Amino acid sequence: MNSLFEYVLRLGDDSLILGHRLSEWCGHGPILEEDIAMTNISLDLVGQATSLLGYAGELEGKGRDADALAFLRFDREYKNVLLVEQPNGDFGMTMLRQFFFDSFRKPLFEKLQHSTDQHLAAIAEKSLKETKYHLKHSSEWVIRLGDGTEESNARIQESLNTLWRYTNELFFTDEVDNELVEKGIVPSLQEIQIEWNATVTAVLTEATLTIPTNNWKQEGGRKGLHSEHLGYILAELQYMQRAYPNMQW
Amino acid sequence: MVTENDIWGYLEEVADPEIPVLTVVDLGVIRAVKLENDQCFITITPTYSGCPAMKMIEEQIIEKLNEKGIPNVSVDLILAPAWTTDWISESGKAKLLEYGIAPPENEVDKSVLFSEPTVVPCPKCGSRNTRMISLFGSTACKAHYQCNECLEPYDYFKCLK
Ligand SMILES: [Zn+2]
Repeated sequence: MNSLFEYVLRLGDDSLILGHRLSEWCGHGPILEEDIAMTNISLDLVGQATSLLGYAGELEGKGRDADALAFLRFDREYKNVLLVEQPNGDFGMTMLRQFFFDSFRKPLFEKLQHSTDQHLAAIAEKSLKETKYHLKHSSEWVIRLGDGTEESNARIQESLNTLWRYTNELFFTDEVDNELVEKGIVPSLQEIQIEWNATVTAVLTEATLTIPTNNWKQEGGRKGLHSEHLGYILAELQYMQRAYPNMQW
Repeated sequence: MVTENDIWGYLEEVADPEIPVLTVVDLGVIRAVKLENDQCFITITPTYSGCPAMKMIEEQIIEKLNEKGIPNVSVDLILAPAWTTDWISESGKAKLLEYGIAPPENEVDKSVLFSEPTVVPCPKCGSRNTRMISLFGSTACKAHYQCNECLEPYDYFKCLK
């Protein structure tokens, strides 16, 4: 197996699917400023996906570019974590999902920007600068809503109870990671998880939220086993290319 | 005989599509200009990963140089080293202010969590009594502020480093 291809594909799919999810808020944000913020973050993520999937296509060496990977695969071939394909729910749920993701991406990109693989390092260095703004934005909303009114606290606590089971998959490790960690190309995800835990605990405590004690963890996305939600996302995401093959924008 | 210096001069005539008061040279997205025989190579870098203006900048560069009698132009996009707001020229920062956009403040990279928003003086009246409305403004590179003194709402070109 081409491990680096698989690794970069996973990163690219996370960005692509979460970017698409956020774009669903366009025109539906609770206030204008947040409508604009979510679509800006979406744009950053889709931009990162373009860089990552473009590089994945090069690594694969079969002539597939970023568009071919984004638009012309079947659901089992997408390797994003289940967290990013979960429905937006209310604004609080979207911010919490984003917070879990940003808290993971920041330490990951901090390490990857020093990767011995120069192309991956360049994408990470670029993306890190954007991710810092995303994390600042999402963490502040989690605190504001958690430590807000009785209603906002109850709602985001419920989102936390729902999403918590998907967070462990961010640190899913298999032979792909093991090989690349051994070669010193990528950091070990256990290392990233320590930082993630610290950030998440600090913010959720500040937000007066309770981390669920039910430790059931759901995973599958990294192996291409998705929740039913991904199919609906792809139906919309791929529509134009499926209906009008090779159409150019 | 056209020189690389001439090319830099021509690029001063290419405006950023989203902030037309800035040229692509002011913005710092032109990383290299190279002439080899009759072939011109331009290297650019994006401000943000998803910046939708990059394709347009590329096309405008080719169009401008063609217009100046340079037919063979290729534009290459690189990601590293990553663009930072430090690359906006001093004259570019002055033009932004003149245009009503507060230029990037020289923020230190505070821990992203639990930090206070940057104090950004009002481009209209200069007051430092201002507040951040939203971390994300009309484009990814800007935040939205308002002046508490003269009430002017304005864009702030976020510091990126
Ligand atoms: Zn003012």
